[in-house]
Amino acid sequence: MSKGRFGEYGGQYAPETLMNALDELEKAYNEAKNDPEFLKELDFYYKEYANRPSLLYFAEKMTADLGGPKIYLKREDLNHTGAHKINNVLGQTLLAKRMGKTKVIAETGAGQHGVAAATAAALFGMECEVFMGEEDTRRQELNVFRMNLLGAKVTAVSSGTGTLKDACNEAMRAWTARADDTFYVLGSTMGPHPYPTIVRDFQSVIGREIKEQCMAKEGRLPSCVIACVGGGSNAMGAFYEFIPDKSVRLVGAEAAGDGVDTDRHAATLTCGTVGVLHGMKSIFLQDKDGGIMPVYSISAGLDYPGVGPEHANLKATGRGEYYPITDAEAVDAFRYLTRVEGIIPAIESSHAVAQAVKMVRAGEFKKDDIVVINISGRGDKDVYSVAKYMGVEIREQG
Amino acid sequence: MNRVDKKFAELKSAGKKALITFVTAGDPSLDVTERLVLEMEKNGADIVELGVPFSDPIAEGPVIQRANIRALTGGVNLEKIFGLVEKLRLETQIPLVLLMYFNSILSYGADAFFAKCAEVGIDGVIIPDLPFEESGEIAEYTEKYGVYQISMIAPTSTEERISKICESARGFLYCVSSLGVTGTRQEFKTDFGSLFGSINKYAKIPRCIGFGISSPEQVRELRGYCDGLIVGSAVIKQIGSAPDDDGKVAAVGRFTKSLAAEL
Repeated sequence: MSKGRFGEYGGQYAPETLMNALDELEKAYNEAKNDPEFLKELDFYYKEYANRPSLLYFAEKMTADLGGPKIYLKREDLNHTGAHKINNVLGQTLLAKRMGKTKVIAETGAGQHGVAAATAAALFGMECEVFMGEEDTRRQELNVFRMNLLGAKVTAVSSGTGTLKDACNEAMRAWTARADDTFYVLGSTMGPHPYPTIVRDFQSVIGREIKEQCMAKEGRLPSCVIACVGGGSNAMGAFYEFIPDKSVRLVGAEAAGDGVDTDRHAATLTCGTVGVLHGMKSIFLQDKDGGIMPVYSISAGLDYPGVGPEHANLKATGRGEYYPITDAEAVDAFRYLTRVEGIIPAIESSHAVAQAVKMVRAGEFKKDDIVVINISGRGDKDVYSVAKYMGVEIREQG
Repeated sequence: MNRVDKKFAELKSAGKKALITFVTAGDPSLDVTERLVLEMEKNGADIVELGVPFSDPIAEGPVIQRANIRALTGGVNLEKIFGLVEKLRLETQIPLVLLMYFNSILSYGADAFFAKCAEVGIDGVIIPDLPFEESGEIAEYTEKYGVYQISMIAPTSTEERISKICESARGFLYCVSSLGVTGTRQEFKTDFGSLFGSINKYAKIPRCIGFGISSPEQVRELRGYCDGLIVGSAVIKQIGSAPDDDGKVAAVGRFTKSLAAEL
């Protein structure tokens, strides 16, 4: 079995042209992660630039309203650029700098990772090109403009379905032509080894903070950590620290779109099968010939036909649990958290909120249990699509 | 004896180099693919690569990507391609290799896939997303059924990698001419002298260059380094150059002949 395996999943299913670049990346990362200077620098940017540690907020009103366990919200939405994506991007761009690369490329779906990558590139004075599905550039025009303001070039990808998976294809294709001076800042716990490990490590700050903050506030571990899963980086970041703590349930919420019994969803772990794409063996939504299927979710950030290999393994071993949440349930949760706590969660994170509410209502927790929901991003970006979903018309300019 | 080995032995004794041409199976239809293979053979192709269309071909440039979409839209899948090869085998013994992505094999089942390849007469498989490190996954079956996995070497492959790849390589070495994806190129920036300096130290089988080759001039430029040349996107472009099937077949025949004349 090759390197970078999580059970049978993971590996390096990449073209020969990229193998040397992946080897160099692995070597550079292994050195960096053991270098106190690198870790000190990363910690500096986490604290001084990204606003870490993010708060672990006791959602007292939500707790009272649901009448169940104590609900805590991990506020990744309060990070600079408004989501967990910055944790990974700061780590990878610092690594790029250390490797002497002057240019970065990235893929993006909704634009959150693209904006984070463009932000870090601006901060460190690097050239940045972001690949984004043509369809997504239309749906997320504002984020395209934000990336342009940050100095990044946004390349619209028209191949395939013109969405996130095609942006990933194009970023990998571009990297095969430019690996000598270009660093590929991959946005989730996916891709060929060592990316799933690198991204998980940079995101694992979320879970370490949750543990520390929960111990400080409650003197004990949470009973359950809940996060949304597309590629799976915010969930992997929240879960990783707790994997050895068997008393902590790790629950992922997948995007079920119109429902897992329809053909419009992105619930990979619920409905998918073993496959290889984007450099990794994992679980994918595919047809009987192994063709990757088009996926759908109201959340552009969860709109991906695969999932990170470590999640596939957490599910296979039973350590992680994964459940589908529909658009309707996510929008309800979006509105619920906004009204009850005055916090507008990203539509992605709303899937985790919905899953938590569902579990509490199903009586899965005792009253003194502690449930942590990872609010991976803020929902300002989703206000238009939620309004559209609710049938409310908003004029874009005042 | 595998048809690939037999072909290279024949070429060697005739003092010739191989012309390997590529078409995507089912672009524009499986019937036309059948005619194209025979026409290419008639005009001097020594080995034919059949592309198995896939939704996400990450090593391909726009020309072959579009060919993939056309074939998939036409409902082509592995089973139908096996059917095409069965028909072709009644007419020709030209070595046939599939170019495909690993997910198609995984989905079919590796054991069943290689058994079927042997049964219908496929001689080898090129899998751009199954590098040396992962090839253990199919080694048992390629061995069992005598179907070769054709190994790739890139300009970025280190000497250490090249030596490992050459150790277990079968059929021929697919040496990638340039960084990036498939597609025609105006010029080659790779230092072939240095790349083949390493490859020649370890290669025990014929070496062929592919990616970006589109003209008889480029065939002349590269033939001195290797034992054969692989032409893909440029053939697909020829298919697109004529509106009707007869025109497509004739255009590909003429193009093949112009390349073969240089080898």
